[in-house]
This record gives sequence, C-alpha cells and structure tokens, in this order.
Amino acid sequence: MSLMNSLSTSMISSSSSAFLAATSFNSRTHIVSVPVKGINVFKCVATPQEQRTAYKTKVSRNENIAKLQAGYLFPEVARRRAAHLLKYPNAQVISLGIGDTTEPIPDVITSAMAKRSHALSTLEGYSGYGAEQGEKALRAALNSVFYSDFGIEEDDLFVSDGAKCDISRLQVVFGSNVTMAVQDPSYPAYVDSSVIMGQTGQFQKDVEKYANIEYMRCTPENGFFPDLSTVARTDIIFFCSPNNPSGAAATREQLTRLVQFARENGSIIVYDSAYAMYMSEDNPRSIFEIPGAKEVAIETASFSKYAGFTGVRLGWTVVPKQLLFSDGFPVAKDFNRIVCTCFNGASNIAQAGGLACLSPEGLEAMQEVIGFYKENTKIIVETFNSLGFKVYGGKNAPYVWVHFPGRNSWDVFSEILEKTHIVTTPGTGFGPGGEGFIRVSAFGHRENVLEACRRFKQLYN
Amino acid sequence: MYKLSACCSMACGISLHPKMVLASLRIRKQGNGHRTNVPRNVNLEKLQNNYLFPEISKRELQHMDKYPNAKVISLGIGDTTEPIPEKISLSMANYARALSTADGYRGYGAEQGNQALRKAIAETFYKDVVIKDTEVFVSDGSQCDISRLQLLLGSKVTIAVQDPSFPAYIDSSVIIGQAGDFQDKTGKYQNIEYMPCGPKNNFFPDLATTPRTDIIFFCSPNNPTGHAATRKQLQQLVEFARDNGSIIIFDSAYAAYITDDSPKSIFEIPGAKEVAIEISSFSKFAGFTGVRLGWTVVPEELLFSSGFPVINDFNRIVCTCFNGASNIAQAGGLACLSSEGFQAIRSVIDYYKENANILVDTFASLGLNVYGGVNAPYVWVHFPGSKSWSIFSEILEKTHIITVPGSGFGPGGAEYIRISAFGQRDRIIEASWRLEKLFSKEKNPF
Repeated sequence: MSLMNSLSTSMISSSSSAFLAATSFNSRTHIVSVPVKGINVFKCVATPQEQRTAYKTKVSRNENIAKLQAGYLFPEVARRRAAHLLKYPNAQVISLGIGDTTEPIPDVITSAMAKRSHALSTLEGYSGYGAEQGEKALRAALNSVFYSDFGIEEDDLFVSDGAKCDISRLQVVFGSNVTMAVQDPSYPAYVDSSVIMGQTGQFQKDVEKYANIEYMRCTPENGFFPDLSTVARTDIIFFCSPNNPSGAAATREQLTRLVQFARENGSIIVYDSAYAMYMSEDNPRSIFEIPGAKEVAIETASFSKYAGFTGVRLGWTVVPKQLLFSDGFPVAKDFNRIVCTCFNGASNIAQAGGLACLSPEGLEAMQEVIGFYKENTKIIVETFNSLGFKVYGGKNAPYVWVHFPGRNSWDVFSEILEKTHIVTTPGTGFGPGGEGFIRVSAFGHRENVLEACRRFKQLYN
Repeated sequence: MYKLSACCSMACGISLHPKMVLASLRIRKQGNGHRTNVPRNVNLEKLQNNYLFPEISKRELQHMDKYPNAKVISLGIGDTTEPIPEKISLSMANYARALSTADGYRGYGAEQGNQALRKAIAETFYKDVVIKDTEVFVSDGSQCDISRLQLLLGSKVTIAVQDPSFPAYIDSSVIIGQAGDFQDKTGKYQNIEYMPCGPKNNFFPDLATTPRTDIIFFCSPNNPTGHAATRKQLQQLVEFARDNGSIIIFDSAYAAYITDDSPKSIFEIPGAKEVAIEISSFSKFAGFTGVRLGWTVVPEELLFSSGFPVINDFNRIVCTCFNGASNIAQAGGLACLSSEGFQAIRSVIDYYKENANILVDTFASLGLNVYGGVNAPYVWVHFPGSKSWSIFSEILEKTHIITVPGSGFGPGGAEYIRISAFGQRDRIIEASWRLEKLFSKEKNPF
C-alpha cells in the first residue's frame, strides 16, 4: 500500500514545467512566470552574483524553442491550480481543466496488465524488446475493432505511448520544410510541435498566431468547420474530430469536403480521432470512412480517454500504404523508420491492457466508463444552458465549450478559479479563436461535477 | 520514383548484403495511385539503410525460414532474456490492479516522472555527486530520450560521436537535420565528427586532434566495444568539453555492468555538471527492454551560450512531445531501486556478466583479439583485414548464431563483430562450443 501512496502523482511537479523564460536567467534563482495577457502574475527576475560568472557552454539555444511563447498550456493551468491551492489551502478545488480521467479502469483490463506483469517473472512469459510497431495481436485487434470496413490493414497500424508523442513523431517525419494548417481553436500540441520542428515563423503578438501556420477559424457561426474556400494550401492539415476543445463533431459531408480539399491540394490530413468513442450522433468516427481518405490521411488515436489510460500510456496511429509523398515514396516507410529509430515500442504491459480493452468484455466496460463521463458532460451542459450561456460541444465529446462574449478568457478562467475554486481551461490556450470561450472538461467524480455545477449556478445566477 | 535501395536493406556502403525487400511493407507499383504534393523530408532521404537492429532481426527471420530446424542462437540485438525478479513484477501487478480502485487510480502523471521515482534515482545513482530529483527526467527509454534531446538541440548544432557507436546517435542526428550527406567512400555522414576508438588508442579518442563540435555523444561502458572509460579519460573529456564550450551527452546505460572502479556517472568528474547531460536506462539494468523505462539527468548548471538553462528547454520538450513514462513501468522502477529489488537485479546482471566471461574466454582461447566483456555485456572481437558483414554471414550460416557486424556501428567497426552476452546460460555455452568448432577448424577462416 505504501508503494501506491508514494506513487500518488503530484500536479505540483507539473508546475515545474512552467520554466517560462523570455529572457535568460540563472535557474538557481526562482521560477519565473510569464505575464499573461490581462493577468498580473508575479515576475521575479533575480540576478545573483554568481550569474555573471556562471560557466556557459558555447552551444546556441535552439531558436525554434525560443519562439515558443510560454510553457505548454496544461502545465500552465496546473501551475495556476497549484498557486491557487497555496493561496487557499483549505479550498476544495475541483479540476475541470486538464482533461484527466478520474474513474478506475475496469477490472478486465487491469487484470490483464497484472497478469502480463507476473508473466514477466517467468521463463515462458518473459519478453524483452517488442516490435517497435506494436504487438501483432494488438495491431490486429485495433484494426478489427476500428477499421474493419475501411480496407485498412494490420500493418498500417502503429501502436504508441499516446497521441501526443505520435504527433511529435509525425512532425519529425515531416521535417521543417512543410507548412501546416490547424483548426483555430485546436489542441496545442499541433502548433507547439510545429514550432519546435522549425516549420513556423515568429509569434505575432497582435494576432496571437505563429507566422507560417494557417489557422482555420472554427466558430459557432461556421458550425465549427472551416470555410475551406478561404483556407490557403498547406502540406499538412491537422484536424480533430470530435474536437478538442470545442466538442464539435464533423459531419460526413464536411469530412468529404475536407478529403476533397486535401486531395485537390495534394495535402496530408492528420486526423485526430482521440474522442471518437464519445460520439453520440451519426458522424464518422474515422476519417477512413470517407472514400479516398487513405490516399490523403493519417489517423491518430488513443486509449487515454477510452480506457482511462492517461497514465498507462497507449495509443496508435494509422498510416495507410496508399499515402505517398510527392515523389511516390510511401509515408508509412518513413514513419516506420522514425518509430524504429526514435522510439522503442509502447510498454508491453500497457499493450496487454490494450488487448483486453478490445475484447468484447473490455469494449463493454469501456463503453460504461465513457457513458459515465458523457453523463457528466450532460450535467455540465444543462447547468450552463440553464444559466443562459451559449454552450457548444458536450454531445460528442467530453468537453463543454462555453461562450463568454467580449470577455478575455484568462480573466474568466481566473475569476472562476478565484470565486468558485474550479479549474477550467481558458479558450485562448487553444488559439486566438478560443478568445471569449472557456473549456470545461467533463472528467471527474460525479459528486465533484455536481458540486462544481452548484458553484457555477451560484456564481452566475 | 523513390529509390528502391532506400527501402531495402544494406544496399550501399561497405560490403553489404544483397538487396532484400521489407516483408512487412509491401510496396506497390505507383502507377495510378494519388500522390500528395508533400515533399519527403530530405533528412530522411539521407539515411542510408534501415535502422541497424530491425535489419538484424530481419536476417534472423530469413535465416530461420531457410533453416527451419536450426537452433538459432541470438547473440545479436542486446535483448535481455532473464525474467524480471518477482518483487519487481509484483509491484507492477499490484499497481495495475490498484488502477481499478478509487484510491489507487491515477490519471496523467507528471511528464517529468513520478516524484518518488525521481528521488529514488537521484539517491541511488547520484547521491555522492549531488544531483537533485528535479534534475532527473523519467522516460520510456534512452532511444526515445536521444531523439528528444535532438529535438531540444535542433538542426543547427554539430555533433561528435565515438566510432564505433550506438547507431541512434548518428541516425537521430541525420533525421533532425544536423548531418550532411552520406559519403560511400568513407562510410560517414558529412558534418558529423567521428572519433575513432580502438585498441590502438585504448578505446578513447585522441582529443588533441578532435575538432570542436557543439555536442559530444559518449557512451561508457561502451556499446559496442565494451570499454569503460577511466576516471582520467573522463577528466580529459570534461576538460575538452569545457575548453570548447561543448555539451557531452553521456550514455551510462551499462554502468551497472562495471566490474572495476571506472566511473559509473559522468558527474563523478568535477565540473561535469556544467558541461554534461547523462542518459540511462532500466532496460539492461532490470530487464525492462519491453517494459520501457529510463531517465535523463540535465543539471541546472548546464547553460546555453546565452545563459539560458538547458533544463528549461528539455522540460518544455518533455511536456510538449511526451506525456510521461507508463505509470506501471514507473512503479516497477521504484521497486527496482528498493534494497531487495536492487539485490535481485544484481543477481541477474551477474548472470549476464558470467555469460560475457564465458564468451570472452572462448574467443581468447581461440587466439582472437577480444575486447570488452568485463565492464559491459558486449564482447567485441577483432578480425583484422576482414569485412564484418561477411563474418556475420559466415557465422550465421555455419553456426546459426546471430551477432552484429561491427560496421553497423560506424566505419570504425568494420573489422569487428559484436557479440552480446544476453541469453540463457545453456545457449551461451552451446554458442561458445559452436564458435570454438568453427574458428579452431580454420586457423584463419577469412
């Protein structure tokens, strides 16, 4: 039991990721926090005696990383939460910010992982390095469960330690000489990994965008689907549906147009389907439901939000054989090379869990947990609706996208945090298109979600 | 039309085997298929072959197809074979089961790793050199960390590697765009500094003749040569890095195999914190090759030329391009570092070291020049005047033993074979017997 306690994760350590620095400083001094627009956050810049004589290497800092504006969004949110807890040590903070799953993993899945762990101590059951692309049985099961009607083959599938890591590996495949488009708002890893990879120019403060990235505005007015006639051609198009953060699920018609657009432009869609199983309506769950998609799209997905595997780490990416670079070279070959060189496979224990997830019992169990979070989402949606807010999402994804017209989203974030001790995520964290919105995530214990809704009602009534 | 050779094995460079097509990816003739207008990454075009170890796997499979009744013994890829001690797998099983309970469930962990594990790593491996837990970043293994470090450093830095060296340093460097073109004549990529390490220079580069690079990859105990650098050698290395303003990336994945008093960490050398990053792994330490766990130490004192702390940027990479090692693997890691776990692991390491002893004795008794095997689970055998892929093939064909040809690790490995000491004792003994038969038959077989 003590082992478990000592393993309790601490969001505080996440806060150490907020090593924000626009200027150089000696890290023996205190952590600096970046002044975020509209919020006055303390800024310490210390210049101790040692700094002037501290040894420096002659290695230049990577200018791409220097372009990044602040820490990655979610550690920022975590830092705010930690700071808030320091300020109000007795507050019952409720986290509806980072989309972190909270409900236990069904037994059928964890017992498979326990079994695999035990087996590693036996001669017959021990396994060393696994195939970097993933265990055969898991690849086969993933294909059968998610892609059986779409002509995807088992070896088009690459098992990973999660979508976030896959996104960066895909960027490594593409390199610095490609252009990309993202939805605006969008999951920040697409933009940040693009900056790190050197695909972008500098951040332009006036528009809050990085130069050389095409931001495809998604708003209530356009049904959260970009007006493709106004979108410039880029090599890569990141598209997430059901969407994080807006919760919008693209229709078959919309995705058909997207595939057509990609085809005409010779672009590659990177389709993030991490929330597909949260779909309530009839929308496509996989881009490969759209004819012709295999020649223009990659799909990435994750067990995180299906099986509560946020800490266990397991996901997958589909790169169809038919997807070719301009010279005819198969993208899958390069992805495979990256997977073999820059990665060494997902944990075998996690993969054993993944396989159990895809058994009939496992699938049923996952649906139950997903259903639980969907019920949370419903409660949150109803709450904000009843308060007269314009609310989006929440039907096909575990995120509720609430509109606060004319307001600065970090201000709203802070106000909610200060007055109700609820952590949300400010819309601008997802891009300038998120200004005026707050993302409320629906992961949480039922009583916390209910309590949060009571507090929202109190604040906004 | 893409070059067929790029997707086949070993089609170029020094004395490589005939072209073979990857079985797993059937490349179709691209007559009528749609092509995107996305240019292929020129850096990936530069890569000469497939990554070394999948290549070795492929050869193994092909050989098994050819000789379905042969008892193939794998002394190639350094893959651990002995079961993980029960105390450790039990912790992982318990942790997994606890994920089904309200109290035991955990979601996202800190990207830098579980705090208790970071502390345990700092205390177990770096107690005397005072590395803080906040300087330890837990990962899913060194191969991944090497690439994340390359992402951190970017395309504009220059690197030096030992020659021979673990291929991920060079391959990741090419991929990120630091290297120039491959030159068939020399077997080297332009813009990478190759520091020869061989018997003549006691497996330590002649730093006086080594040009400055931003980054120096250094692995000790070394894969593939098995050489553990002495304290004096590492002092020279640190001084060299300091004089040149370079950053050493020190790979200590095999430190637990050290028999003598060679340094186990670069941070044992005074001044190293200002010039070095250290990477390490549970793979060969605890048999975690499939479980996936490792760590990287980035001292706070390590600064870019602008004074900006390297740790800040590494942290940013870890938070953006990664999402933490599997929490179950981390639970296992923590158990590894308990005194009981650590003791159990030591037994397994000693088992592999005894394997290495047997292999060293075998080759030495045959009058061959054999290196390594004392401080590392690799034996590095010299076949002067030969081509390593030919020897690899001969050994495979005549004894059904998989090894790794030295040129897979760089031109400096051209006349060598790496034999890994992971395996069950009876197979090691069997392999030794077969090798004895092969090499004693022919005084000078090649």
